[in-house]
Amino acid sequence: MSTPLDALFVKVRTENRAALIAYIPAGFPSQDGCKKMIKAFVDGGVDAIEIGFPYSDPVMDGPTIQAAADQSLAQGTGAAEVFDALQYATQLGVPAVVMTYWNPIEKYGVEKFAQSIADNGGSGVITPDLTIEESAEWKTAVEKIGINPIFVVAPSTTDSRLAQVTARCSGFVYVASLMGVTGTRTSVSSGAPDLVSRVRAVTDTPIAVGLGVSTREQAKGVAGYADGVIVGSAFINKIIEAKDEAAGIKAVQELAEQLALGVREGR
Amino acid sequence: MTTTQDLAGHFGPYGGRFVPEALIGALEELDAARIAAQTDPIFIEELAELHRTYTGRPSIITEAKRFAEHAGGARIILKREDLNHTGSHKINNVLGQALLTKRMGKKRIIAETGAGQHGVASATAAALMGLECVVYMGEEDTKRQALNVARMKLLGAEVIPVTSGSKTLKDAINEAMRDWVTNVETTHYLLGTVAGPHPFPSMVRDFHKIIGEEAREQVLQLTGKLPDAVLACVGGGSNAIGIFHRFISDEGVRLIGLEAAGDGVETGRHAATITGGSPGVLHGNRTYVLQDENGQTIESHSISAGLDYPGVGPEHAYLHDIGRAEYRAITDAQAMEAFAILSKTEGIIPAIETAHALAGAMQVGKELGPDAIILINLSGRGDKDVQTAAQYFGIPL
Repeated sequence: MSTPLDALFVKVRTENRAALIAYIPAGFPSQDGCKKMIKAFVDGGVDAIEIGFPYSDPVMDGPTIQAAADQSLAQGTGAAEVFDALQYATQLGVPAVVMTYWNPIEKYGVEKFAQSIADNGGSGVITPDLTIEESAEWKTAVEKIGINPIFVVAPSTTDSRLAQVTARCSGFVYVASLMGVTGTRTSVSSGAPDLVSRVRAVTDTPIAVGLGVSTREQAKGVAGYADGVIVGSAFINKIIEAKDEAAGIKAVQELAEQLALGVREGR
Repeated sequence: MTTTQDLAGHFGPYGGRFVPEALIGALEELDAARIAAQTDPIFIEELAELHRTYTGRPSIITEAKRFAEHAGGARIILKREDLNHTGSHKINNVLGQALLTKRMGKKRIIAETGAGQHGVASATAAALMGLECVVYMGEEDTKRQALNVARMKLLGAEVIPVTSGSKTLKDAINEAMRDWVTNVETTHYLLGTVAGPHPFPSMVRDFHKIIGEEAREQVLQLTGKLPDAVLACVGGGSNAIGIFHRFISDEGVRLIGLEAAGDGVETGRHAATITGGSPGVLHGNRTYVLQDENGQTIESHSISAGLDYPGVGPEHAYLHDIGRAEYRAITDAQAMEAFAILSKTEGIIPAIETAHALAGAMQVGKELGPDAIILINLSGRGDKDVQTAAQYFGIPL
């Protein structure tokens, strides 16, 4: 099996650069607005898109993404909107995945969720609070359907556990650059290169780094040692700060263009 | 019969660990520390000494003869956890976890609190042991429980009002988890109930099971028999597991947990997770959850801040499914009636949380009749609730 996401990482390796991956919650700032932002991502040079499933209790997320999720949930966003946004992104020709806390998957039905990802052209799912110990049913489902299960590892993850977690991953390994929640930081954690090299030592799966990346310079720095650069809160901030939707779209596309340059300058 | 969890903290299909990978190291460290402590005579004696000279254990039992007239004439025996230092059962767990914090070499504890009882207990233990203490409390709860906020501050803790989500206990837990992910190297998350990721449900139960161990001996001594039923209120479920656990193997003893029905389970405005919820994942474990069709947590409602939680400990979920324990729901009105009756018949003002168990006893006593012996965990005292109760009963302040 090979997903569009797998193919993307083959391609960026041949181009000797990192992939730019952008995050937006479904239904934010509205379902229609979300699609416009996805279009702006693609127009700005984003290589792959993460559609967030907004959740009532997002313990891995900082204030920016919490606020976006709250706004989206208040408009009634659910699984239907998540898959709608996913389909929109994949029909624009970019690989796309869903990022979701575990309970919405369990409530929807584990195998059914994986099937809906595939049916809407999605490549995989990032599950930030699913531990490998609890992932047996998920493993069976993703293998049967043929999508990428993407787990998150952290600086505190031991080498032996990195081997176990990455063995369950395909598509890419999501490296959390620091101990903390999502949100922009003035600098990317100095621990990130070390963690990436520890992950490289145990797997050939591509590695994407997230948490705290918001500028072209930071993207350039991360692209020097990782296969993918994930940006979320920086885009959400642009949308929140914009005076109207048109200004938000413009700001998102401009930031994407800058970051797309950054991921090509790292090596 | 046993409900002892497996090594990964499962109670049947419930429990386990659903957390960011960043926390796995800390949970493993904690699990190792608490397992080592369980068999370390120095730790065991240190905790026992604290309970003797600081908590005031063993807590006494009181037979409530005048209250019994409102409970079908059954013999009603109260396990007086309200007489513990800080006024509730919560101190049992915080002293244990604070000692573990020191053993792990950490200097800072964080805690969540609903009614404020766990926050006060955590601030107390931190003061006693020289630890820095930060308590997360829903903004809504800081208003309902202003007295406890002041107590925590007097004890030297920092109280951070949580303004996200529903601004209640579940959001305080979210905020504490975010703090923990960020500061896990220096900080222990002193979780206050039998929920959360493994090992919390097992560890917190083990620190509270002394309640049932003492009560079983005391009831045997007083009556010569085991009780027919053991009752406790259930929010997260720590005081209930504490008194139930020793009785689980006594198959003739009914275990009855009383959840908060708020305005009534049928109104949707309640906190009766087992009665009105469904299996799901919340705050790091699989258990019964109040949730919608998308798996989003539904806000709970109860007059009692300490029971106002949309999840429940995974061991309770399992005890329910296997039929070893029963769970009933008590409305705000039923709880407040029992609150008033106990105050006026026994001279004991209970916590509103505890009043749910008392209301349950009024039902169960009538069902079982005058020959029955009913043991109730009087988990907390009502000083903190005087304002809420005065408002409810129209007493001018």
